[in-house]
Amino acid sequence: MLTFVLKRLASTIPVLLIAITACFFILRLAPGGPFDQERALPPEVLANLRAYYHLDDPLIVQYLRYLGRLAVLDLGPSFVTKDFTVARQLAIGLPYTLILGGSAFLLAIVGGIAAGIYGALYQNRSADYVIAAIAMTGLVVPNFLVAPILQLFFGVRLAWLPVGGWGDGSLRFLLLPVVVLALPHIARISRLMRGSLIETMNANFIKTATAKGIGRRRVVLNHALRPALTPVVSYLGPAAGYLLTGSIVVETIFGLPGIGGYFVKAALNRDYGMVLGTVIFYMGLIVLLNLLVDLAYAWLDPKVRQR
Amino acid sequence: MTLYVDRREALEKAFIDRDDQVPRGRPRSVTRDALRRFRHNKAAMTALFVFGFIVIAAIVGPYLVPYDYETPDWEAFTAPPSIESGHYFGTDQNGRDLLARTLYGTRISLLVALIATTVSVIVGVLYGAVSGFAGGRVDAAMMRFVDVMYALPYILFVILLMVMFGRNVFLLFAAIGLLEWLTMARIVRGQTLSLKEREFVEAARAAGVSSFPIILRHIVPNLVGPVVIYASLTIPEIVITESFLSYLGFGVQEPLTSLGTLISEGADALGAADWLLFFPGGVLVTMLLSLAFIGDGLRDAFDPKDR
Amino acid sequence: MSFSFRTFTGALALSTLLALGTAHARELVMYNGGDVTSLDPQKMSGDWEDRVAGDIYEGLFTEDAEAKPVLGVAESYETSEDGLTWTFKLRDDASWSDGEPVTAEDFVFSFKRLMDPKTAAQYAYLQYPIKNAEKINKGEMTDLDQLGVKAVDEKTLEITLEHPVPYYPSLLTHYTAYPLPKHLIDKVGDDWVQIANIVSDGPYKPVEWVPGSHVLTARNEHWHGGKDELDIDGVRFLSMEDVSAGFRRYQAGEIDLMTDYPKDQFKFIQENLPGQGHFAPFAGLYYYVFNSTKPPFDDARVREALSMAVNREVIGPKVLGSGEPAAYGWVPPGMANYPEEGARVDWADQPYAERVEKAKALLQEAGYGPDKPLDVTLSYNTNDNHKRVAVAVAAMWKPLGVNVSLVNAEVKVHYANLREGAFEVARAGWLADFNDPVNFLDLLKSGIEMNYGQWSNQDYNALLDQAAKEPDLGKRAEMLEKAEKIALDDNAAMPIYFYLSENIVSPKVEGFVDNVFDKHRTRYLTLSE
Repeated sequence: MLTFVLKRLASTIPVLLIAITACFFILRLAPGGPFDQERALPPEVLANLRAYYHLDDPLIVQYLRYLGRLAVLDLGPSFVTKDFTVARQLAIGLPYTLILGGSAFLLAIVGGIAAGIYGALYQNRSADYVIAAIAMTGLVVPNFLVAPILQLFFGVRLAWLPVGGWGDGSLRFLLLPVVVLALPHIARISRLMRGSLIETMNANFIKTATAKGIGRRRVVLNHALRPALTPVVSYLGPAAGYLLTGSIVVETIFGLPGIGGYFVKAALNRDYGMVLGTVIFYMGLIVLLNLLVDLAYAWLDPKVRQR
Repeated sequence: MTLYVDRREALEKAFIDRDDQVPRGRPRSVTRDALRRFRHNKAAMTALFVFGFIVIAAIVGPYLVPYDYETPDWEAFTAPPSIESGHYFGTDQNGRDLLARTLYGTRISLLVALIATTVSVIVGVLYGAVSGFAGGRVDAAMMRFVDVMYALPYILFVILLMVMFGRNVFLLFAAIGLLEWLTMARIVRGQTLSLKEREFVEAARAAGVSSFPIILRHIVPNLVGPVVIYASLTIPEIVITESFLSYLGFGVQEPLTSLGTLISEGADALGAADWLLFFPGGVLVTMLLSLAFIGDGLRDAFDPKDR
Repeated sequence: MSFSFRTFTGALALSTLLALGTAHARELVMYNGGDVTSLDPQKMSGDWEDRVAGDIYEGLFTEDAEAKPVLGVAESYETSEDGLTWTFKLRDDASWSDGEPVTAEDFVFSFKRLMDPKTAAQYAYLQYPIKNAEKINKGEMTDLDQLGVKAVDEKTLEITLEHPVPYYPSLLTHYTAYPLPKHLIDKVGDDWVQIANIVSDGPYKPVEWVPGSHVLTARNEHWHGGKDELDIDGVRFLSMEDVSAGFRRYQAGEIDLMTDYPKDQFKFIQENLPGQGHFAPFAGLYYYVFNSTKPPFDDARVREALSMAVNREVIGPKVLGSGEPAAYGWVPPGMANYPEEGARVDWADQPYAERVEKAKALLQEAGYGPDKPLDVTLSYNTNDNHKRVAVAVAAMWKPLGVNVSLVNAEVKVHYANLREGAFEVARAGWLADFNDPVNFLDLLKSGIEMNYGQWSNQDYNALLDQAAKEPDLGKRAEMLEKAEKIALDDNAAMPIYFYLSENIVSPKVEGFVDNVFDKHRTRYLTLSE
């Protein structure tokens, strides 16, 4: 078990290295630099700034220096938000991102699975079609369109919920952003769940169970659900990455702190250290989640466990 | 890689599994069968018709509307839709006809999606075919690379590419196409592996034909099915990515426009000039929904389990 | 046909009530635009950072409610007859938020740090009028003690200048002239600016900072003005880039003050939120710069034709919608030490149709016409307003037979291109740092980084140099006006409009005075329940 985990973690190191290298050089080849701004700096000041952050060294030296620092887990300074190191900023943003992303993740799983089961049980009846239609819409309407509409409706017109901001972090403030973030994932999970459950229900062991006279509800909950969850679980690993896409928009529109927003801002500001830091952080998160997913797989499917 | 994970996975399964199950015969008949089934799927055929209408409107529409997409009507800035003035969709903040811009924007969005899809199909087919054909260690190494790429957070790289190619949206989407070919490569590899053992390939090889022409002549034509389905999944994904990038400010250069750009501009005017969001948003959602139904229909048509 | 939502006002009233129940007492919530990048006043660069810094620090001079310079930490000052030596007496009760007194030594330390090349302070050049400052900052002089700033005793500061500066009090209100807590920096170094360490000498002190979200301030109990002068307990400066989302929060009563607004909502605000939109003249210029080093823009006729063909009367009211005043001159109206309106282009009052004809003729003369159309690339940084202006200008140039390709890029790329001269015509803008026309006229001086188009005119340079040494304000103004006229006649660049300050202020906030510098320090505001 432990060897499996360690092996998996070790195998991600080359992936991480490729990603870091690609990011590092793509970013440096991109036009513009962290100190280009609305008001041009005198060349002397610019030279001072570049020297201060070691940006005047050859690129390869900077790259090696970065890797060297990374080896001792130092993510370096932020070139734009000067009072914070990259690690500090990530540490500040992390709880917000985890709460927002985690809530959306949970909502997506619970909501998606419930809708999927419902759709499968009432296959091809009107409830199924309604769920399918909502799911399809949730998939195709971009979140930067959903978010303003929900804000305007629930926040401004009805004044039921705050329009934005973190506030005290209570449910009132989180509800809209979490729903917007979870919506496409609820849709996806419900579709996966529905398809998989229908397939499982046609399997022989379920047919046997039904033939024995066990109630339909019990068959689904006790027998069919667990094997049917496999595709949903395999979706959860990459889902973290997809939540990131959403969180960029959601954080901006709802004015929430968090790492998704950091990444885009840092990329636009050419805050090299910050971009790399966020990439490393997200890759780490995804690796971790994929590991959890693999463990969950083992729990769901005895065949995998034996291997 | 974000939008239709569920169906994409099913697609991969369908095409990779099939060759083990289906008795060997003329593979082209699979496509023919599928088309027949597809024609009987009412929802998919309706969606195809709607999508076809949108495509034709995007191509010929701009020539039929009384206004062009770039000249301001100095008398009508942000004017609501009106029959009398001939601005049936109203005008935007620069006094330009929204109908013309929506049609033009649809054209650009489709074009961009086409570019990215073409790039990803070409790369995917070549990569998969070479990998499958070479076999052995080369195959293992090449597939390992695909696994590595799968683990990278897609959207992070989209944003980095955007930073790099921000000035030319067509180049940007060609680059995004380079991130999308993984699924295609896997499918093609699977097909190639099973095809290359067949008599006609053996015969061609015995006759001294070198590998590349064999790939082109015998393997590529067998890929019509997967490519069509793949495209029906990738196009909406790229359209969504495009709108996401437009929201971040990386749309096409003015005075050209795209659906994503129009929607992100319209979202700002929400509450003050709703038609700016309503019309392009409607077109986008209709288009994506119809593509989703087409994709579903195709998947069902090609899915061997239904046979 | 109308798609608008209608029942905003009722909802607004209700939500305001709800918000009041939860908000902290007397905390002002401000939409502050960009992310604050540092609380170190020597490392800032944006007006959104100035809003925070101006509340938490106080220089020798500070601003009053109308943004005019008034004495701050200095209690009194004297100027020598040649205008070169300024002696300031500091207030006895001026102290840092930890109770330590603000001393002349703090100022000496802060100016030296500002000019030290190692600090790499971005706006150090604003304080170049101080003796030897430029040489030290550029590394030509290494002895920091040569800087013209001396502590005579604990509470007396003497500043020596290179040349007389009539706008010096205004310059001293700038954040580059704020004192720094020497006692703290000596102890903890660069970490002094961490929220756990930082002390400040203004009416407020920062107490919370979440990057990407907000900076929160609270009263500084040690501020010399005392508690009674402050009505508001603290300000929550929100970092928000999405102004539309910000405006929705404002409508719901979650934000009390917006420092920007979504242009599409202008009509809505005027109709539904009467009196809350504050649109006032702002000392800032929006202009297009021609790359004068590249043909055809080295040809003054081409530049003039392009400039004449822009109908500025349409841009403010129609294209942007909030009615920005058309710019026919280079220096915004209302600057100190200058006539209310300086020089103007000769054709300012010509009817537009005539101007277009003239422009066509000029292009013809320069060798461009229907058979040889002029191709122009117009660059702007990605932003909705810039896009609208660029699209409109391109449409105005089209009838001249000019083919315009629009190129937008992110801020960083746009300004990197400007710096490298990789553009033809490009958007730029300037907001006044201090109250004097030279702040704008310097933009066209040869050898200045901000002179992106590298337009160069020796008479112009000579007039500016002469004016810098001229002690008589009347004569100085004449020289500057003459220089402005030279630049306009040669179409050094193309002024388009003067900025408006655009604030949306809740009726709860009182004491908000529109002024040309768009500075509204919190100490002058009150918040009613």
